[in-house]
Amino acid sequence: MIVNKHGSPLYSTENLNPDTRHGMILYVEDVSVSFDGFKALNDLNLYIGDGELRCLIGANGAGKTTLMDVITGKTRPDTGKVSFGQQIDLLELDESEIARAGIGRKFQKPTVFEALTVFENLELSLSGDKGILTSLFHKLSGEQKNKIDEVLETIGLIAERYYPAGRLSHGQKQWLEIGMLLAAEPRLLLVDEPVTGMTTQETERTAELLTSLAGKHSVVVVEHDMAFVRSIARKVTVLHQGTVLAEGSMDEVQANKQVREVYLGEEQD
Amino acid sequence: MDTLLNSPMIKKMSSLHVVIAILFISTLYVTVCNLFFAEGSALHVSDYTVSLLGKYLCYALLALAVDLVWGYCGILSLGHGAFFALGGYAMGMYLMRQIGDRGVYGNPELPDFMVFLNWTEIPWYWAGSDNALVMILLVFAGPGLLAYIFGTLAFRSRVSGVYLSIMTQAMTYALLLSFFRNEMGFGGNNGLTDFKELFGFSLQSPTTKLALFVATAVVLAIGYGISHFIVNSKMGRVVTAIRDSESRVRFVGYKPEHYKVWIFVVSAMLAGVAGALYVPQVGIINPGEFSPLNSIEIVIWVAIGGRGTLYGALVGAIVVSYAKTRFTAIMPEAWLFGLGGLFVLVTLLLPKGLAGLVTNLMDKLDPPSQGKQSDIENTPPVAENK
Repeated sequence: MIVNKHGSPLYSTENLNPDTRHGMILYVEDVSVSFDGFKALNDLNLYIGDGELRCLIGANGAGKTTLMDVITGKTRPDTGKVSFGQQIDLLELDESEIARAGIGRKFQKPTVFEALTVFENLELSLSGDKGILTSLFHKLSGEQKNKIDEVLETIGLIAERYYPAGRLSHGQKQWLEIGMLLAAEPRLLLVDEPVTGMTTQETERTAELLTSLAGKHSVVVVEHDMAFVRSIARKVTVLHQGTVLAEGSMDEVQANKQVREVYLGEEQD
Repeated sequence: MDTLLNSPMIKKMSSLHVVIAILFISTLYVTVCNLFFAEGSALHVSDYTVSLLGKYLCYALLALAVDLVWGYCGILSLGHGAFFALGGYAMGMYLMRQIGDRGVYGNPELPDFMVFLNWTEIPWYWAGSDNALVMILLVFAGPGLLAYIFGTLAFRSRVSGVYLSIMTQAMTYALLLSFFRNEMGFGGNNGLTDFKELFGFSLQSPTTKLALFVATAVVLAIGYGISHFIVNSKMGRVVTAIRDSESRVRFVGYKPEHYKVWIFVVSAMLAGVAGALYVPQVGIINPGEFSPLNSIEIVIWVAIGGRGTLYGALVGAIVVSYAKTRFTAIMPEAWLFGLGGLFVLVTLLLPKGLAGLVTNLMDKLDPPSQGKQSDIENTPPVAENK
């Protein structure tokens, strides 16, 4: 069996651990992406600390989703460097390898596996070998079952564990998707608009959950809901036209004149 | 205890057991009625019927193969006839060599069509075709290799949906054209035929026909067992997840293209085995089997039977093939309209196919309530502590 660094089709054995000795988990340096001449990202620099909870805000088209796409391997930047920890060059890996290295992503529109049950959705998301033979003969260990139960508890879907995910409400799907991230135990979570379509209570619980995750995991949240951002963020990065406009605490950012002009001004009308 | 008996484990197992049991009982019935009831008796099953049933079972195995890729993985292959035909050709080559000097030209080395083409020696790729083990290997390797190459190229490049379906049609059509050529060395448009015996048993003898029918039933049962195992493993759940949201699967850390190639190869091999069992029962394999229409017909079987259930594919293949046999005997020219009409009706009235009828019926007997464990078929066997 040939096992290269990308893992063979049948077994995927690589175990990449980001080197975070300098306290940083994600380095995005001088990254530019353009689509047909439109610069979606323009020499963007972003550093996320290990265990940090960071909020990304910005108007539509500011490049938030493109940035997520670049980090998770969906889009290749034209120039620049993206690395996970100090040593893992994310630009060399594809989406599944990046996921296995420990970067989880939650999409804007909740995407869960609708035909599978809540439990099975979590089962597939557990960290571990994702090769074919392993999957074919896989039996859940007691430890893994406990992990799933724990996640079900956290996301409040214990009673729905045997529902097909397609039957869940919109908010529940959002939660399940967050649960899938938790089951994978990633080092870095990228969360795109988690509270869209949630009720006030659900939003509050999401805020609690994300705050509790920080420390053990690093979390990057993209969100439009300013009240929500204020409730969780310690540090906010404002994107504008593909580049970082301002960075700092919510108060600092709100006091920033440029930010008020381009983003918050419009938002508060 | 009550919940244990009602548990999805039991329910899940039962679909496999029911299929195997039905297959076993009907095979036994046909065998007994063929052997022990004389012609004229009401219970007699004729040799012709045995052959016909054997053919249907080959189709059922083929449909099973298509359900595996289409029903579970969402790969709509309109070229599975190619894998079936390749398996058939591998068997056909072996059967040709078994003819020996009993052919029309009496050449002990060369099959008739080669003598006819004035070839003096057997082409290199026919080497070893007189060996039964090589034949069996080829039945798996031929379709498997083609599926591997095609699948790797297509799935790596992330070709999917209707584009993939068109490519599979092109693949089988290209093979159709090349197998029509005499230079290919597979008998041109006449294909391979005039077979005498298989493993030393005369293919004309009713006992051999019965044995082939029984063998097909056994292989179908094994194929069903393998497919059942695959779709109920974690592998099967990954594959279903790929069908529903391929990019999400990628972001969870799996490589969908590997899974797709793998399931495509397994499915192609099943189709190849079906073809290999089919050829000795019908006595001929020719390029017509590569016809794109054949492949589309398989998909219709699965759609009518109900995709994504495995047993639906079996039911669809057998019901439609039986209807075809009856219809074409009465009004041959109307068959395609009948098939088309059936397809339209099923799509409109039974979107889940005939298998959907069964599930609906079971739901009526045992109405689903939300959150009940037995509600969902593929529930993992986890003890409920609540």
